[in-house]
Amino acid sequence: MKFNNAFRNDAIAKVTGRAKYADDYKLPNMLYAVPLHSQVASAIINNIDSTEALKQKGVVAVYTAKDIPGNIKYGQIIMDCPTLVNKRIRSAGDVLALIVAETREIAISALPLIKVELSELPAVFDPEEAIKENSPIVNPDFGSNICNYHKVRTGDIDKGEKEADLIIEQEFNTSRVEHSYLEPETALCFLRQDGVLEVLGSMQHPFSTRRFVASTLGCKLSEVEVKNIPMGGGFGGKDDTAALVCARAALCAYLTKRPVKLTYTREMSMQESYKRHPYKLQYKMGLKNNGKIVFMKVRIVADGGAYCSVTPWVTWRSTVQSCGCYEVPNVQSDVYGVYTNNIFSGAFRGFGSPQVNFAIEQLVEMAAERLNMDATELRKINMVHQDSVTITQQKLNNHTVSLNQVMESVLTEIDYANKVKKCSFGKPEIEDWYGIGYAICYRGVSLGAEGTDMNSAIINIQPDGSVLLETGVHENGQGAQSAMILIASEELGIPKELIRYRLPSTSNIPDGGSTVASRGTIMGGSSVINAAKIIKERLCAGVEKTYNITDCTYKDGSVYSAQGNVIADYFEAVRLCYEHQIYPYAFGVFSAPPISWDENTGHGNAYFSWIYSCQAVELKVNNRTGKITLMNLVAAHDIGKAINPALLEGQIYGGMAMGAGYALYENFPLINGKPQVSNFNKYYVLRSTDLPEMTAIIIENSDPNSPSKTKGIGEPALEITAPAIANALYRATGKRFTDLPMAQQVKDYVQGRQK
Amino acid sequence: MKITVNDIEYNVPKEYAETKLSTYLRENLKLTGTKIGCDIGMCGSCTVLVNYQPRRSCLLKLKDVCDKQIITIEGLANPDGTLHPVQQAFIDAGAIQCGFCTPGMILTAYAFLLKNKKPTREEARNVMKGNICRCTGYQQIIDAVMLAAERMNKL
Repeated sequence: MKFNNAFRNDAIAKVTGRAKYADDYKLPNMLYAVPLHSQVASAIINNIDSTEALKQKGVVAVYTAKDIPGNIKYGQIIMDCPTLVNKRIRSAGDVLALIVAETREIAISALPLIKVELSELPAVFDPEEAIKENSPIVNPDFGSNICNYHKVRTGDIDKGEKEADLIIEQEFNTSRVEHSYLEPETALCFLRQDGVLEVLGSMQHPFSTRRFVASTLGCKLSEVEVKNIPMGGGFGGKDDTAALVCARAALCAYLTKRPVKLTYTREMSMQESYKRHPYKLQYKMGLKNNGKIVFMKVRIVADGGAYCSVTPWVTWRSTVQSCGCYEVPNVQSDVYGVYTNNIFSGAFRGFGSPQVNFAIEQLVEMAAERLNMDATELRKINMVHQDSVTITQQKLNNHTVSLNQVMESVLTEIDYANKVKKCSFGKPEIEDWYGIGYAICYRGVSLGAEGTDMNSAIINIQPDGSVLLETGVHENGQGAQSAMILIASEELGIPKELIRYRLPSTSNIPDGGSTVASRGTIMGGSSVINAAKIIKERLCAGVEKTYNITDCTYKDGSVYSAQGNVIADYFEAVRLCYEHQIYPYAFGVFSAPPISWDENTGHGNAYFSWIYSCQAVELKVNNRTGKITLMNLVAAHDIGKAINPALLEGQIYGGMAMGAGYALYENFPLINGKPQVSNFNKYYVLRSTDLPEMTAIIIENSDPNSPSKTKGIGEPALEITAPAIANALYRATGKRFTDLPMAQQVKDYVQGRQK
Repeated sequence: MKITVNDIEYNVPKEYAETKLSTYLRENLKLTGTKIGCDIGMCGSCTVLVNYQPRRSCLLKLKDVCDKQIITIEGLANPDGTLHPVQQAFIDAGAIQCGFCTPGMILTAYAFLLKNKKPTREEARNVMKGNICRCTGYQQIIDAVMLAAERMNKL
């Protein structure tokens, strides 16, 4: 059997059960906290009466917003999200109080005893309604339900409309999706003897968590230490929500002066945690008869729910990528992030790209059909190539634009040209309709104009040659630490077994931003390389001082003289450093290359490099039941450089699986803002038998924009699976499905045809 | 009541009869490798072996496992600490990401491979369907099961 020997520094702990996740810790004298969630979406709290709850044996305290010593509200962009609601409930996921008890069972049993008196307020759940003038205002402090607005204005839209031979209009809608990380949120907090509040939590952004905790407690950042421990999945979902859980546990620990663990049940997690933004996308596209796109008019409304979270950033990526990976001379894109009284929306793997790709990659195929053109041909005419200018006027000339290479590799692997001729298009005489489809995209790497984009690494070589390595990147389960170790090993020319990744903590290393945006390997890896450069100079300095020579160089684990002779191996060089009072220690930094953005025009070099992707799917649909069977999934991604191929493939397979779930089943329904599902019995996550064998093709066009030469894979892997499936479903059934998720619609369509 | 966990026999007071097996393992025996993902028997993270059958420990009460042999993930490696071939295969095939489903996956695979020495990929896929993994897309988990089968047959 063919497999790549995978490397993970945490693998043995994870296969033996020794890996300790937040809920696996227990401290002496520890208390347990649980949250009380709102059951209504919009209300004013008149009174919270904890008397009965406090009478329960074992209940230690009930805390509400009035017990918070610092800021009640916090947020990454707008400080609108309450750790505990003080007055106004804005969503059914809001937390009103915390019960702290000697056991978790006692705390949970006391929840119904808290009496909340409230007056319900008018609410708004439809973002289009929320935009209207007389709609109830969700966040009165902000004053408008339009949380943010981004636009692109390129060329002359009227001119484009006049030039078009064909104009195609279509609306698409995407669903609200739950991250479904397998480990529900947990935080364990305690006040240390040195006065520092320590946080062990299931979260993917320790520095953001530290800000939330310090803000809630009203203390200094240095008085909070967040440590990285194994985390049971995040996918973007363990940022704000998880930070809030940590802040609540910290509050309880701070007030009781005892360790407090706050572990969410799956039901609590689903009720409260933010979801993927549901989008309404309205597209109008004009083309010449020869297939050339001449304009695109885009209007997108994203349901941000009750709190801002990162909605302005998510919708910004959607704006930049609103026309897909195509050259469009005349563009008018208007993108709104809207407050509603729904459970809030936030970061989720893809971050605003899966929605636009779902629309655009169907739209180009619909246009090709109308023009009686091959869709691949139409894509080739319009897609970005070397030196293309994007809709935001960025010239793609600082890296290899490999979209065609990536697309061709997938189409060849899956034998698209032959198989596309065999599609069923809903022919009644065929029992199992066959369809094949694919989608392509580009994705701006890392954060772009969202904010500060830098990271750091520390390489600390011990006297025996063993290495302590750490970076500002967080291990979310993707294998970040392993990638950092492999990069350090390659750079220093020493075995990876010599390198130990140090338990990272917010007190050890500077804030490197969130390990999101598929930026871990680029930012952390480049920092490791920059630290290694310094280390090499130091190792040479030790040797030079010893032998009183100059101009030594370090290569592949040895120090060479100017004449090219090996003078010392790695271990000897380390020994000589210590002997001559030189620390083989380095702090390396990587700052992202400059980007630019003009909010008024929607122009700028939005991202410092771009990732190119293509995914294809084969499927069948039973013509009586409408049951969809995925038969084959193939992906190719140009990720710059592969560091740990087996784990890279794992990201691709996992991304496609999550993307397939998004395409077919995943939806988190709300009625009047209240969740209608609360656990995996009603929220369907794909299982092993739902997925076919998959193929991952790794394309490596080394990226010159960072020392790591890498680009990133976490999000590209998910962001085009849904449109690939939609295109295949069209070729199987003969019907376009423009709303997510699609499985039930396919079923309804197929069964409806039989009547 | 007597229950045996990883070859150690425990005398359990009667008042624990209604306690969930998952709670007892995690809270009383400190065997925290058994994970709680949903607590309603849907995700398989809490899978343990009861008389070599994979069972969801969040759905079992202690009274259900009286006089039975339970194996948790902590009990799978050899006494000298070397890994069982299924554990090693999960590492080598890249079947681990966040690791939260891993204990349940490994125990399910182990029980399956005890009965089925030469599984097909389809059989392996079928047997793993009770365990949710949100990270891997299952591809490398199936690879790991097949690799483990291959290696166990060589032992």
